[in-house]
Amino acid sequence: MTSQGEPALSVKGLKTHFFTKAGVARAVDGVSFELVPGEILGIVGESGSGKSVTGMSIMGLVDPPGRVVEGSVRLAGKELITATEEDRRQLLGNRIAMIFQEATTALNPVLSIDTQMIEAVKAHQDVSTRQARKIAIRALQVVGIPSAEERIKSYPHEFSGGMRQRVLIATALLNEPDIIIADEPTTALDVTIQAQILSETQKLCRERGTSLIWITHDLTVVAGLVDKVCVMYAGKIVERGPVDVILDRPKHPYTVGLIGSIPSMNTRGKRLSQIPGMTPSLLTLKPGCAFRDRCLRADERCLQDPPETWTGDGSAVRCFHPVEHPAKVLEESRRS
Amino acid sequence: MLVFLIRRLLQSAVVLLVMSLVVFTGVFAIGNPVDSLINPEATEQQREKTISQLGLDKPLHEQYFIFLQNAVKGELGTSFVHNRPAIKLILERLPATLELTISALFIAILFGIPLGLAAGLNPDGLIGRTISSGSILFFSVPTFWAGLMLIMVFSVQLNWLPTTGRGETVDLWGFRTSLLTLDGLRHLILPAVNLGLYPLALIIRLTASGVQETMPLEFMKFARAKGLRKSRIISVHLMKNILIPIVTVIGLQFSVLLAFAVVTETIFAWPGMGRLIIESINLLDRPVIVAYLLVVVTVFMVVNILVDIVYSYLDPRIRIGSM
Repeated sequence: MTSQGEPALSVKGLKTHFFTKAGVARAVDGVSFELVPGEILGIVGESGSGKSVTGMSIMGLVDPPGRVVEGSVRLAGKELITATEEDRRQLLGNRIAMIFQEATTALNPVLSIDTQMIEAVKAHQDVSTRQARKIAIRALQVVGIPSAEERIKSYPHEFSGGMRQRVLIATALLNEPDIIIADEPTTALDVTIQAQILSETQKLCRERGTSLIWITHDLTVVAGLVDKVCVMYAGKIVERGPVDVILDRPKHPYTVGLIGSIPSMNTRGKRLSQIPGMTPSLLTLKPGCAFRDRCLRADERCLQDPPETWTGDGSAVRCFHPVEHPAKVLEESRRS
Repeated sequence: MLVFLIRRLLQSAVVLLVMSLVVFTGVFAIGNPVDSLINPEATEQQREKTISQLGLDKPLHEQYFIFLQNAVKGELGTSFVHNRPAIKLILERLPATLELTISALFIAILFGIPLGLAAGLNPDGLIGRTISSGSILFFSVPTFWAGLMLIMVFSVQLNWLPTTGRGETVDLWGFRTSLLTLDGLRHLILPAVNLGLYPLALIIRLTASGVQETMPLEFMKFARAKGLRKSRIISVHLMKNILIPIVTVIGLQFSVLLAFAVVTETIFAWPGMGRLIIESINLLDRPVIVAYLLVVVTVFMVVNILVDIVYSYLDPRIRIGSM
């Protein structure tokens, strides 16, 4: 679908705001990134950082009071934000698919799995119900559902949580999309099943050359899975770059704090470092760096919005005082 | 399924038995029909004779057992007034009432679900607000007043539709129906609309609130994410979820309308069961009252069994065996 070199997905200056009675919440506030075909991108952040809303905004699934107020989302060169409803419908589930966070609520409880999968095929391909069923069964087999031919007649409540999540992944694969957005699809699952689904999804995307956006709060998940990482904080991408650069040499104090809070063999028996304070409310966000109240390095300059600057490592960071020796910073924060 | 049916039928039989005891005792307590049935100038001898003919000289429990014995054979006593089997009197009138009730519900469903959908999908739009306020109006308007207004406008002023009676009827499987003749239909429209107003309002509000509750749910979003057409999302994903409460209400309303079509039948001089029961209560025609209540309860129970069966088709999580 995409010619060589052209990004499969390009997001520029995306802003999604929620117009609530208490005020305007800028859930996504100027997010930009690109994804080349076959690439796997991780979007990492705490709850409320705007990572899920970013995914929903790309899909055009933000419901009122939320609205995409600015920015552009181009899928293989086609603008999605200003597309007509019908044009977007033809792309959704077809060229770009989404795996939802909770399979329990994402599947319609009163419709059987085959109904819900066959309709997804027939919405985009001119095939008979019989052929569509075959495609659906194959997709279920690919994600490792045993005796798929029998199981496809079941209803969602007759599946276990892990199996339901596999059904969602299979549904996303049905029309062989160019891009899959996975919104924390493993958070509700056991660790063992999490790991299984993670590696299987990665394998499928690699085999098919599908680009993947994996939205998660868990940096450890990202480590073995993705090529690139975007770290989100209060609606903005504060740091982005290749995964090894971000994990080994993080520049933004927030990223440093996130990595420091992961238990590892080296920190065994020691106190884990934690980021002081709490995530700011999106309603009362003042201009300037949103992280400054929790940041040990903040000064007057941080009252202004830090621009995104490229570092020598190939990562980009939004900070006036990027960290040079993350290990030292972590050591200090642990002591304090 | 078979086990379910047998169990429900047995339960229904028990309910009928208890119901008959309560009704029989209740009617006995209301008053003595003898005073209104026998000519005040009759001699004491004639009086005694009539009372024993009607079986009213026996004590209550004996009367009840005689009634039960006959009921098993399908006889629910003879009307004191009409001197004919009570069950026959009721079954003669039942088709007219059924016809009215079903037509009223049909109108309520036919207009209620689309209007409710329109209101639920655009709750803040002009159309949505108009429909919602309209349904509140239909809720609050008393049936007798609405009936009179319908007659005023459509019969008296516009002279489009007849005011009373059932019109021309034809035989259908041994019952007389006015659904198959133009004249009959013309007679049916006003009473059916009158009786249908309340369930119409109910269905509009249920559908609208069902839509508003279901639309923000995650699976509706997922259906959109799959790129389904809006028509399919609404007709399949939305409808199958909101139909469960609607079916419940339709089932309940059917029985309620059947039993309480009295007002509409009186206004439009519709020859149904409602008018028969009013007359019978006035004259304390015990067998007819008892038979009427038993018939209504039976219909109630049959409809409820049907509703439960429909449930299991609508919601796979409900298994018929476990009910």
